[in-house]
Amino acid sequence: MAFVSSGYNPDKPMENRISDIGPRDFNEFLPPVLKNNFGQWKYHDILEPGVLLHVAESGDEVYTVRCGTARLMSITLIREMCDIADAHCDGYLRFTTRNNVEFMVDSKDKCDALKKDLQSRKFDGGSFKFPVGGTGAGVSNIVHTQGWVHCHTPATDASGTVKVIMDDLFEEFTNHNMPAPVRIAVACCLNMCGACHCSDIAVVGIHRKPPLIDHEHLDNVCEIPLAIASCPTGAVRPSKVEIDGKTFKTVAIKEERCMYCGNCYTMCPSLPLSDKEGDGIALMVGGKVSNRISMPKFSKVVVAFIPNEPPRWPTLVKTIRTILDVYKADANKYERLGDWAERIGWERFFEKTGIEFTPHLIDDFRDPAYYTWRQSTQFKF
Amino acid sequence: MAKHKTPLLDQLESGPWPSFVSDLKLEAAARAKNEKDVNYQIPVEVVEDLLGVLELSYTDGETHWKHGGIVGVFGYGGGVIGRYCDQPEAFPGVAHFHTVRVAQPTGKYYTTAFLRQIIDIWDMRGSGLTNMHGSTGDIVFLGTTTPQLEEIFYELTHEANVDLGGSGSNLRTPAACLGKSRCEYACYDAQAICYDMTMEFQDELHRPAFPYKFKFKFDACPNSCVCALARSDFSVVGIWRDEIRIDQEAVAAYVGGEFAPNAGAHSGRDWGKFDIQSEVCDNCPSKCITYADGKLTINDKECVHCMHCINTMPRALMIGNDRGASILCGAKAPILDGPQLSSLLIPFIKVEEPFTEVKDVVENIWDWWMEEGKNRERLGETMRRMGFQKLLEVTNTKADPRHVQEPRHNPYIFWKADEVDGPWERDVNEYRKRHQR
Repeated sequence: MAFVSSGYNPDKPMENRISDIGPRDFNEFLPPVLKNNFGQWKYHDILEPGVLLHVAESGDEVYTVRCGTARLMSITLIREMCDIADAHCDGYLRFTTRNNVEFMVDSKDKCDALKKDLQSRKFDGGSFKFPVGGTGAGVSNIVHTQGWVHCHTPATDASGTVKVIMDDLFEEFTNHNMPAPVRIAVACCLNMCGACHCSDIAVVGIHRKPPLIDHEHLDNVCEIPLAIASCPTGAVRPSKVEIDGKTFKTVAIKEERCMYCGNCYTMCPSLPLSDKEGDGIALMVGGKVSNRISMPKFSKVVVAFIPNEPPRWPTLVKTIRTILDVYKADANKYERLGDWAERIGWERFFEKTGIEFTPHLIDDFRDPAYYTWRQSTQFKF
Repeated sequence: MAKHKTPLLDQLESGPWPSFVSDLKLEAAARAKNEKDVNYQIPVEVVEDLLGVLELSYTDGETHWKHGGIVGVFGYGGGVIGRYCDQPEAFPGVAHFHTVRVAQPTGKYYTTAFLRQIIDIWDMRGSGLTNMHGSTGDIVFLGTTTPQLEEIFYELTHEANVDLGGSGSNLRTPAACLGKSRCEYACYDAQAICYDMTMEFQDELHRPAFPYKFKFKFDACPNSCVCALARSDFSVVGIWRDEIRIDQEAVAAYVGGEFAPNAGAHSGRDWGKFDIQSEVCDNCPSKCITYADGKLTINDKECVHCMHCINTMPRALMIGNDRGASILCGAKAPILDGPQLSSLLIPFIKVEEPFTEVKDVVENIWDWWMEEGKNRERLGETMRRMGFQKLLEVTNTKADPRHVQEPRHNPYIFWKADEVDGPWERDVNEYRKRHQR
């Protein structure tokens, strides 16, 4: 493994340096049929789950086959995608915001051949490499974060939870059998790199024990004022401790004020809070970002804690399945999960799903909490 | 023969959904074989060791990654996230495992030539593992060592003509929906403005000067496919302000059952015959649609642009011709003060090259937020702390009932001196001449 220079000269870092050039111009990468009809699209049809037809004013057509991916992917798999795009799509492909890959062709015949090819490809373990679906009133691919694969603050894994949830919802991914689109997101901690606070189903990793304090090292690796300022509830204060006759500048934590957000750990590596029994998942439902029919809304916590059960998280999977089955059977056409829950009332949501309502589900964090309590005698028995 | 036994992860190879474990094993085997004779610049066993450390996390229920160290490329304050394993002796291949964020082309369209070019760089100088794509939108290269960072940056910029994305307290890599390239709902060219503003603000993207992260997202219509108003500090959402165009013949085709409603989105179930009254008119949030005597009528003045009727009958109803965008501000995830959606600031703005009007809004916001924002305070939190009125003031925006869901519940108004008649500074002795102590 001899070092191979790119041409960069560490003694003269500015020599031939190119910077601030940004991304490549998207116009270079548009398939010709899209370039020719840019801004001139007339309508679209979802021919079958995962297959879209867009028709331009000119009469040109583009067929798109959408496939779910794991988001975490190897270059070997990307090369295979490139081979497929070279064979069928003149060397063009795209990815979606929800981690799908899309292959586009300009005729129905090419589309059928492409779809057949995609569906024939499997990993050695038996799973599909390119499952076709994720359109219309079905479950689309999950937006998610890094989890135990690559992050320092997670309370759960993301790639694993996504895999087991989507295995269970595969039928819903490859069909249009839900009342409306179902958008699921997984965030492995409250930082929510996947911003899942407005999803139909949001799986959120949470910690439940206060941070440990590495007193002997804290002052060496952390700015104590920053650690104090990072706490949204003012639970962290400066302190001194004596260990073996030596005095260390450190912090103290008022444990009853801690809601385990982990922001202090982000600012200070000497305040770790991950813990096998403490960590797990809060399940939130009923959020949306589309403005369709109702306004965008936040997801609400309906299960305060589900333990981590790697590798296949059976309780998590079963709970999501239960909620979606009840929603599927009970909601009106076009009705998103949150709109359904609001129409029937949250008391009915808990009754129908059989999920236990606990005090943890009542908001007690700051002013917005009050607006979620019920100031009315309008409720159902 | 795998380097580490992974009995727990192996259970994630079954089931129909693409298995990342199978994919990682494929990559580990490809690196071990090295058919292309790549001169690997980081340990060959990097993927094996990633599987190993992940298996350890699956066993003990805790992560094994440490805080990022300060690593990066010369002159940039972002784009690379340092990552170190807390069990480097057991898993030396991932002892250093830094992330490189690469700026994605807007709309995430690629040629295979470009994709092959960048992954060849990553094959030789990184782990061969990626995220396509990260949550903000970047191409994410997952795992390399510190000495490779400048080399990767040099090759990306010199050979592939592409730059790093954002991280830290700076402008994050902006993202847009696919807009006009393949969607009839696009009310403005989301890709063009996204690319233009990304290029305009390269300095803000690479050199952290903000209180905290700042995100732009561009949705070309209110369906919000990139979730702009939930996921970005500066959310630009396409909208029209004239009449929805109606093709009555196509309406009749939906009513007659020739066209599937919602472009066929509900094809997997028998929902009965399409009923335009209950499915379209009754679902309209402002009840501005009527269907009578075979004719659909929309009272556009009362339309709230929710897209439902257009989504349901895309061949019959089309967005209006007077198009532009609404700008909403301040969305963020729960850390710190709870989740926020963006709040409406500019009800309508034209989005036309060179996009000066939109840029003026964002620059005014930055001037204010950089002055007043606290360390690690997102725009939405500054807005809550300082008041929405302040945002109106700094962006020279006139208050409008559209800014609120309803007027305030209390009269605790922060009147300013110039809003009240008569002198603001008064003499208490003069007052006492009229009122005894």
